[in-house]
Amino acid sequence: MLETLTPIAATGIFQYAWLIIAIPAVVAALLLILGRVTNGFGHWIATLAPIASFVIALVAFVQLLGLPSQSRAVVDPLYTWFASGTWQIDVALLIDPLSILFVLLITGVGSIIHIYSIGYMADDPNRRRFFAYLNLFIAAMLILVLADNYLVLFVGWEGVGLASYLLISFWAERPSAAAAGKKAFVMNRVGDLGLLAAVFTMLAMFGSSSFAAVDAGASQLSLGWATFVGFMLLLAACGKSAQVPLQAWLLDAMEGPTPVSALIHAATMVTAGVYLVVRSGAIFEHTPAAQLGVAIVGTVTLLVGAWIGCSKDDIKKVLAGSTMSQIGYMMLAAGIGPAGYAFAIFHLLTHGFFKANMFLGAGSVMHGTGDDVNMRHFGALRKAMPITFVTFGIGYLAIIGFPFFSGFYSKDHIIEAAFHAQPALGVLALIGAGVTAFYMTRLMLMTFFGDARWVKGVHPHESPAVMWVPLVLLAIGSFIGGMVLNGWIGAWLAPIGAEAGEHASWLPEITWLGVVTLLVVAAGVALGWFVFGRRPVPAVAPDKVSIITTIGRHDLYGDQIIDHGVVQPGLALGRGVALADELGVDPATDGLGWVVQATGNQVRRLQNGYVRTYGVTMAIGVVLIGLALVVSRLV
Amino acid sequence: MMPMEFTAPTLDYLLLLPFLIVLGAACLGILLEAFLPRRVRFVAQAGLSILGLLAGLVALIWRWGSAGRGGADPTAGSASGAVSGDAYWSAQDGASATLMIDGPVQVLWAILFGCALIAVVFYAERHSHGGATAFTPMAAAIPGSNREAQAAQAGLIHSEVFPLTLFSLSGMALLVAANDLLVMFVAVEILSLPLYVMSGLARHRRLASQEAALKYFLLGAAASAILLFGVALLFGYAGGFGYEKLAFALSFRTGGESLLLAGMGLVAVGLLFKIGAVPFQSWVPDVYQGAPTPVTAFMSVCTKVAAVGALLRLFYVGLGGLRWTWQPILAGIAILTIVVGAIVAINQSDVKRVLAYSSIAHAGFVLVPLVGALTIQSGLPAGQIGSVVAVEFYLVAYGLATIGCFTIISLVRAQGREVTKLSAWAGLGRRNPVIGVTMVIFLLSLAGIPLTAGFIGKFLAFAAAWRGGYQWLALVAILGSVIAVYIYVRVIQVMFFQTPADDEDRAEVVQPGMPALIVLALCLIGTLGLFFVPGPLLDVFQAAGSFLIPSGS
Repeated sequence: MLETLTPIAATGIFQYAWLIIAIPAVVAALLLILGRVTNGFGHWIATLAPIASFVIALVAFVQLLGLPSQSRAVVDPLYTWFASGTWQIDVALLIDPLSILFVLLITGVGSIIHIYSIGYMADDPNRRRFFAYLNLFIAAMLILVLADNYLVLFVGWEGVGLASYLLISFWAERPSAAAAGKKAFVMNRVGDLGLLAAVFTMLAMFGSSSFAAVDAGASQLSLGWATFVGFMLLLAACGKSAQVPLQAWLLDAMEGPTPVSALIHAATMVTAGVYLVVRSGAIFEHTPAAQLGVAIVGTVTLLVGAWIGCSKDDIKKVLAGSTMSQIGYMMLAAGIGPAGYAFAIFHLLTHGFFKANMFLGAGSVMHGTGDDVNMRHFGALRKAMPITFVTFGIGYLAIIGFPFFSGFYSKDHIIEAAFHAQPALGVLALIGAGVTAFYMTRLMLMTFFGDARWVKGVHPHESPAVMWVPLVLLAIGSFIGGMVLNGWIGAWLAPIGAEAGEHASWLPEITWLGVVTLLVVAAGVALGWFVFGRRPVPAVAPDKVSIITTIGRHDLYGDQIIDHGVVQPGLALGRGVALADELGVDPATDGLGWVVQATGNQVRRLQNGYVRTYGVTMAIGVVLIGLALVVSRLV
Repeated sequence: MMPMEFTAPTLDYLLLLPFLIVLGAACLGILLEAFLPRRVRFVAQAGLSILGLLAGLVALIWRWGSAGRGGADPTAGSASGAVSGDAYWSAQDGASATLMIDGPVQVLWAILFGCALIAVVFYAERHSHGGATAFTPMAAAIPGSNREAQAAQAGLIHSEVFPLTLFSLSGMALLVAANDLLVMFVAVEILSLPLYVMSGLARHRRLASQEAALKYFLLGAAASAILLFGVALLFGYAGGFGYEKLAFALSFRTGGESLLLAGMGLVAVGLLFKIGAVPFQSWVPDVYQGAPTPVTAFMSVCTKVAAVGALLRLFYVGLGGLRWTWQPILAGIAILTIVVGAIVAINQSDVKRVLAYSSIAHAGFVLVPLVGALTIQSGLPAGQIGSVVAVEFYLVAYGLATIGCFTIISLVRAQGREVTKLSAWAGLGRRNPVIGVTMVIFLLSLAGIPLTAGFIGKFLAFAAAWRGGYQWLALVAILGSVIAVYIYVRVIQVMFFQTPADDEDRAEVVQPGMPALIVLALCLIGTLGLFFVPGPLLDVFQAAGSFLIPSGS
């Protein structure tokens, strides 16, 4: 059932595929190295870079369309990275139906967001550096999706993590931004652990980490190893895609500038986990446990994200919760197996449009209200910011799955597929759809309708054209994306292992499940209007709220759990070890090291103690090794 | 049975040439120190050391090519034809060579000489010190005394540090080639004694520096005693000092196992002390902090390379037959070292101490592929990257990044003194973006993040352990590297995202002189270059082959 493509050598435009990555990479390097010289025009070159990459990718896409479906996988070898006898790792690019869609999404949405950023960051003194980081991100993300093996993919994987770290903490003068950046970086490393372990296993088992070799060899993998690799890949995906239990960093990541949230933390980077799972379909095929794990993680996250989305007042955090939730849908689809792959990618693409659209819309709102993010200070913005309102509204209709908007097609497929595979998950996904409708309605009502609750001195106004034109482009994508792709994407992705869907037209088939879904969504919208639309919204968040809201406001206590479960014990352990390690240090310095200001005598006295202690530790070490040797003989 | 007569050893002087050149340059340095007038001494010594090391490298490269073609001594013909380019130098008789100069030794020599060369150039940096060096004007004067102040005023400079370094380096070169327990012990002493003196030469914080030296000496002496005791026990077991004798006894002798195990444990402790593995690491932070920064750079890299080389040969050649016993014990030590190094580093408030603990953690990481023991003897197919190549590459990546970091530390100053307090580094990266970004690259390499050589190093290291059957160790090591990332991110965080407190001495980067710039450029190019094109270097390492195990063992 699962067919794998044997990649063919690159010719024609495909030989220049490396330019797709090289252009933004070179521009990023130029802007960083030349520094202030490029302050005046840097953002223009930086905006042209992803556009140029997009054009090349588009030509490659058209070429790919012209090929017969069985030869739509082109490998463009660049050079041998390192070789070791029978195994070698090449730096090579793989252009196939899956990767080209990602490249188009990254460079397409990326270009639009670059244009938007010209306006959004106009007043920032470090605009050039911002654009350099954005280009760096684009280059790394393209390496991630164009790599033809897992190790090169890992390089891109780390690269996007680094770029994301730099961009989250871009406004480093805010301590919260710096802390958020660090948190994202460290939590992502936990996920990287999984990816590295998976790569090692592949190298040991197949002697190669290339997708082709893994696809071909996966069927020979024992169940135990396949399950191990599957769960390690899932761990990696959880870290990058902010899935439970590694979800906590995404909400903090909203400290970054809003275009960053739109590009990295909604449309592209956070979907890398879904890409990884779909790309590794051959592995998951052989491990039902890991596959089920993916589906469960996705389902739990889609509910957790929605829950968080319901209880936040910060417009960006609502959108962040909703991002987690929507990626949960994609993971759920990916966890269903080949039947869900096309739907996962489909939803990923439509989500890329409507979520980027809404994030940029939120940025536009913030731009007009003096960088406020608290929805309780908004209200009635539909008149002050008509274009933002209309485009945001289209995004809203898309995400709740209003008929004929893009999310309607992609999300319905996932719910339907989930019902077929595992009815329990299907029901939960259906509930998630209702909750999504509820909190998105809340967001719309609190932001654009009702009474104006603007803070004194704030005069909301529409953003400049350089910002609203991108909004319009994305809104168009959010509207028609589903209709355009619906009949096509299943067949297009079939060569990479996805099962072609049966819906072959833009006109959806009417099923009982589709009707039920619509009813649930309508109920969510009605409830949202019932709670938030009928009476004025208090300008200050009420204290007396239900326990459910409280839990949601605290991100389901994700931080606290990690703090008490991991960070505090870790720090305590560190302090303990440090103390044991540096016995004899004046307790007043709290075991933190050398007593710099102490007078010579005191230092000398302390040092005498030191050597003795050190000698004792050595002696203990000798005894321990001796004991270990004795034990090794006894067992 | 053995005739009581002395057989002159057969020496292949050409093969030994690189070692002899370095030793000769060290001796010549002593003469220069005695006879040259004071004002030209520093330049002459620096020049001699640099030329000596370059000549050593040239001789090494020259013999590298010819050793392969010349063909090895037939008695040395290894069991596997896959070993090429090895040569064999024997003393006494063909069955027990005291020194073995084979592929890995040449590679390790190249790493040692290369890193020492970079470190010695770093010694020569004076511009950023206002014409002075990083070393005390008069080591013999009591700290804080008038004599010291007079010496400083007169602009006196200690240039003995150059020959001392070369002596230490020749000990290191001897250590990696030692194929005999006694030679190994002597080599350990040759490398250590100059280091004890060099640690006490710091220009500022004299007391701290002298105490570091004394402490290093006392603990080093204890470690040497332990090592010597172990050597004696192993002699008792094997009836000889040579590694072949040891390997032979392992295969054929029955009984005497307690001698063997105790001896192995004690010798291992002596060498593990040198690389700073837990629980023999306690000297590392104090000595690294107290020693002059260029000396810290030299010893943190070269000592580790030499001692790891010695461990490799001892365990692979001499004690290869006892693999199942030492692998789990070294695995435990590796994990302990990684975890203690990484966790304690998190609470440090001094940059040099952070790097010292990071260096401890790296000692653990480098043990990981060693434990994997993926060699031709343990079934590695010819031409693949095994433990030896992984260790070698790891050491190169670690060496470049570490020397680079210490060079930058020496440039960060307030009122003419190095400032190593982490809090004083706040915002440094934003005030000096070029130095800041360079430091970030070195730190990321130590952390093992892509775009730097450290990533390839860690990858190969963990892969070797994984393929050698130590999957769990590789997993724990990966987890440890995740913790270790936190150390480096913290320094980056302070450098870029913190604003200095008002009452704090604000550290600034001083204008580096030409030597420091050369060092930084070399380390930076190496760190980035070895990520993008590691292939050529790996090919060279692989072609050099693995340890030569003579017939008869």
